[in-house]
Amino acid sequence: MRIRRREMAFNYTVLIIFSAIAVIPLLGVLLSAVTPKGDPQGGFQLPSGLDLGNFVEAWNRGHFSTYMTSSALVTISVVVLTTIMSTLAGFAFARMDFPGKNALFFMLLAGLLLPAEAFIIPLYYNLRSAGITDTYWALILPQTAQSLAFGVFWMRNQFRTFPHEIMEAGRLDGASDWKLLWKVIVPPSIPAISTMCLLVAMWTWNEFLIPLIMVSSENLRTAPLGLAFFQGQHITDYSLLAAAGVIVALPIVLLYIFLQRRFISGMVNGISSR
Amino acid sequence: MAAILPRRSRRRVRWKAYLYVLPAFAFFAIFLGVPLLQTAQYSFYDWNGIGPSTWAGVQNYVDLILDQKLRDSFVHAGILIFFFAAVPVVLALALTAIISRGARMRGMSIFRTLLFLPQVIASVVVATTWVAIYSPNGLVNQLLRAVGLDSITTAWLGGFATALPAVGLIGSWLGIGLCLVLFLSGVANIQPELFESARLEGAGPVREFLSITLPALRGPIAVALTLTVVAALKTFDLVYITTHGGPGNATSVPAYEAYNRAFNTGQVGSAGAVAVVLTLLILIITVFIQKLQPKDVE
Repeated sequence: MRIRRREMAFNYTVLIIFSAIAVIPLLGVLLSAVTPKGDPQGGFQLPSGLDLGNFVEAWNRGHFSTYMTSSALVTISVVVLTTIMSTLAGFAFARMDFPGKNALFFMLLAGLLLPAEAFIIPLYYNLRSAGITDTYWALILPQTAQSLAFGVFWMRNQFRTFPHEIMEAGRLDGASDWKLLWKVIVPPSIPAISTMCLLVAMWTWNEFLIPLIMVSSENLRTAPLGLAFFQGQHITDYSLLAAAGVIVALPIVLLYIFLQRRFISGMVNGISSR
Repeated sequence: MAAILPRRSRRRVRWKAYLYVLPAFAFFAIFLGVPLLQTAQYSFYDWNGIGPSTWAGVQNYVDLILDQKLRDSFVHAGILIFFFAAVPVVLALALTAIISRGARMRGMSIFRTLLFLPQVIASVVVATTWVAIYSPNGLVNQLLRAVGLDSITTAWLGGFATALPAVGLIGSWLGIGLCLVLFLSGVANIQPELFESARLEGAGPVREFLSITLPALRGPIAVALTLTVVAALKTFDLVYITTHGGPGNATSVPAYEAYNRAFNTGQVGSAGAVAVVLTLLILIITVFIQKLQPKDVE
């Protein structure tokens, strides 16, 4: 019994140390963000007082209201498009038989592994020829395509586990595939669908390379891209940058805090079952 | 029950299925599939992005070996694999071995939430955070001064010898939490009776780890390796924000070279070759690591 207790204490110590390692850099950002102007900057220290001025300054000087609006618009569009198309395709892959099904699914699956570098260079020139670089479309459409690989895979797995009997019952009632999908299968799958939405929202919000390449107008910059430019202009103003970083990360971190179980299980299962 | 039910309706070929798959597939083909093939095509040409292109044969690929800058970028990616993948996986395995019987401890979900937190934060934010940590008065130098090692304090991201390991350690930091969460959830799936009986048979902690924990973690290890190795090979955001590939090209990586060549220096063909090789590397390594996965799943 004594050994067990000592073992427990030891386990907790290890977990506390490594949780601290994960959190301390982030805590440092928070502290730095509320550090008044006169304090030394860049290090990890308790600020002499609580100063929220950095947030105001970063928000105004960095035009973050514009960037956050862009990010929100792009993220919502990508999530909505991905959800609709993934639901449709996932249903077909899980519940219908058609020639070429496995080949098509395998191609989509390969998309899960593709790094953005594999397609982004010609894509930029294609979209430039089409005249849609430097528009929201150049952010929304490619990121939707990128999210679809995961979305279709996720929805197919979800729909495959849907009880066969319920579907058959619906079919005996004369429901069409379309009705069956939206009236019978989708409603009980809402939890899984919303997990997918969370993950896609997170990836889209945090994306950096695609906005970097696709847009040049300042008013189209997403929050991470805006932060990158802001950092270039205020390279050693660590408190200001920290405040800006908190602003950019906050929406997803808030979602994570409230829905962390869904985030973790989604990521762990989504990737593991691949 | 399911066996008695007629399955005819499910087996029937349904052409309507194509309508369901079409939107996703069209998106995928237009924005990923076709450009992917074009990347391969680009890689055989010389093109500055504006004027006419000229056939270059395999020259862009030969340059990957002959051009020291390109060669270095792949070497750097290899070094990053050590920091992004090897360090966190080995460390997390060791920790999991130590606390394997604690995976069902109370408060586990709080630890999991904290350990996983870095995963949800935008890489640009992570990068700016670490720029401050590595700065002359940042946390790293603060800690060194606190233990009397003033002499080795430096601008970590600015030194030729220190920049790449400094970027690598950001990857280690990102990876360790992810690996721990994956491994601990893998261990939580082990029947506690297995540990009990191993103990009754007098197995020590090492035997217990080798014969119970490690076999149960083969799946999670493969997942962790895939994610971290691919993350190392794909590294772009961190390098772009922290060093822009510098000083000199001490931290240039393939993804950064591809971006820089395609959009800054007018070497689109060369960028294509880098992208093709990077993509192939990622696919090959992923398939190779998947072989570690236990076959009997599913």
